[in-house]
Amino acid sequence: MPVWNEKYEKMERDELAQVQLERLQQTLIRVYRRVSYYHNLFNKIEFDPHEVSTLDDLKKIPYTTKDTLRLAYPYDMFAVPLREVVRMQSTSGTTGQPLIVGYTKNDIEHWTDLTARVLSAGGVTKDDIVQICFPYGLFTGGLGFHYGAERIGGSVIPSSESDIENQVIIMKDYRTSALVCAPTYAALICDELEEKGISPAELSVSRGLFGAEPWSEAFRGEIEESLSISATDNYGITEIIGPGISFECEQKSGLHISEDHFIPEIIDPDMGDILGPGEKGELVLTTITKEAYPLIRYRTGDLTSLRVEECGCGRSFVKMDRVFERIDDMIIFNGQNIFPSQFEQILREVIGKTPNFQLVVSKENNLDKMEIQVEVSGDIFFDEMGKLTDLEHHIMNEIENRLDFLPKVKLVEPRTVERSMKGRRVIDRRYT
Amino acid sequence: MLKIRSLRSYYESMCAVKSVSLHIGKGEIVTLIGANGSGKSTLLNSIIGLVAKTSGSILFEDKEIHALSPSVIVKMGIALVPEGRQLFSPMTVYDNLVLGSYPYYSIKNRQLLSRKIEWIFELFPVLGERKNQLAGTLSGGEQQMLSISRALMSDPKLLLLDEPSVGLAPKIIANIFKTLVDLRQDTGLTIFLVEQNVGLALEVCDRGYVIETGQIIHSGEREELTNNKEVLRAYLGRE
Repeated sequence: MPVWNEKYEKMERDELAQVQLERLQQTLIRVYRRVSYYHNLFNKIEFDPHEVSTLDDLKKIPYTTKDTLRLAYPYDMFAVPLREVVRMQSTSGTTGQPLIVGYTKNDIEHWTDLTARVLSAGGVTKDDIVQICFPYGLFTGGLGFHYGAERIGGSVIPSSESDIENQVIIMKDYRTSALVCAPTYAALICDELEEKGISPAELSVSRGLFGAEPWSEAFRGEIEESLSISATDNYGITEIIGPGISFECEQKSGLHISEDHFIPEIIDPDMGDILGPGEKGELVLTTITKEAYPLIRYRTGDLTSLRVEECGCGRSFVKMDRVFERIDDMIIFNGQNIFPSQFEQILREVIGKTPNFQLVVSKENNLDKMEIQVEVSGDIFFDEMGKLTDLEHHIMNEIENRLDFLPKVKLVEPRTVERSMKGRRVIDRRYT
Repeated sequence: MLKIRSLRSYYESMCAVKSVSLHIGKGEIVTLIGANGSGKSTLLNSIIGLVAKTSGSILFEDKEIHALSPSVIVKMGIALVPEGRQLFSPMTVYDNLVLGSYPYYSIKNRQLLSRKIEWIFELFPVLGERKNQLAGTLSGGEQQMLSISRALMSDPKLLLLDEPSVGLAPKIIANIFKTLVDLRQDTGLTIFLVEQNVGLALEVCDRGYVIETGQIIHSGEREELTNNKEVLRAYLGRE
């Protein structure tokens, strides 16, 4: 597989540390001078950015949370005047108020380079026809990958939010060789192919680069088989830059973090303590090249762990485990912490593959209630009712056994559960 | 080749360089951009060992050179072309060049010395024409050539240049810089260039750092610096 930027991606660890220290010192001085939040914070904790002499000094600074960013809405976290900003993107606001993230010309250059790294590591070259089915708008997925794919020199199809029928037609007729989208969207494409009776042999697609939501190894297996592709994971969040923070190489054994742009840490999400290599906790990121929207020790809300190890691909960047749980996807259900990924696992075991499903949480008489809507393949509805009820009971029992509560299970026909491109699986009606 | 980590240096009692980290790779031309009094010269003088009060680390080819004496540092392969040229005015061009060879000068090495001087006269033919003239009687441009040549006589791997363009006509500056760029091309010489003439520095460098009141606030490849509106506005007066 090609390595987009050998100089940095394969840099010796001690040289990388030098680059990180230089960039961290510059970033801390810039945010101290230009972002009032950090200026006041550093003064309050008596942190002098001019005294920073090692990377460890970063640990003296408190974490930045999403709440801080919300309070600074719209522009108070910007470190440059707006006339230097050439692009704005925004978070979706699925968990609250949206945020505006600005980019300078250099930020866009770096971001382009970062998504080019992701695509190269996933095997994309200038000879590829790259179909990008992420929304091209305020969401970072579309434009972020678009620039990177163009920089590599691929033929880019910005098919964006085109409807699924159209996506499949494009995929077949344009001879798409690399598919860039969310994993649930890839599943949707698979369904559509099946429905239209198109076999993978009729397609040219050989690579899938999936991100923007958690997806399991089992799902990787399924999607690789149904589309006969090699699928790699990538990770990014808008507040930090968008896609391009970390990515899988051909080894598919963790995601390399572009450490020449971001310094990662793992912390205990409850206590805030820094955790060691291999320990699972919340990912905290510091940007060290961002000009317009630099963030220091930002709590991503994503759970993972870090591993410094030699990788077969030759990259020296630290690897993070794939993210399966987002802290903000967690449901507190009658006092119990539940993650949608737990349901995914149970459903996969019962049904044999990962179905599309949705958790609808509501309140009745001050008690939380949950309904799980699970899509099952159409043919089961033509069988006798008994089978349906059996399956429902089977799922209910498994959930009761493992999670210690009895939800309502509703089996529905394919594509009746609304699929969002960002794949949120919880509808919470308790607070509306 | 050179790695500076968290260097602090004092100019008299003032901290002129505060926690500066930077690196220069072999064969690179790296520039340091900054206004008057931002700490540029103090930083260069610290590298060559001319500033007594410093802390932090300066690694040259993975060896710590912080707190070594200038003569040792020059022998290891770093040479400084100081601000204002600092020639020995009452001495001839030839003698100024010979003084530059002191790290290896000995009677036995006379052949090496004359080969070096011949090479310098190829680089800057005008110095050959004036080799018996007193340095103080040369024009500004010729003096700058002599100052650079004197530094090259010590056979450096890393050449530090402090404001070489000051007071010179653009055409002469362009010639001198062309010679430096060619030198990098031909001999792999590494160059750390401190310049107030930012436009010029950005034309010849591969990478650069921007220093403000003793701190590095930006760094990047040449394109990244020319993309940065703040750099353009502050140092080139344009956006």
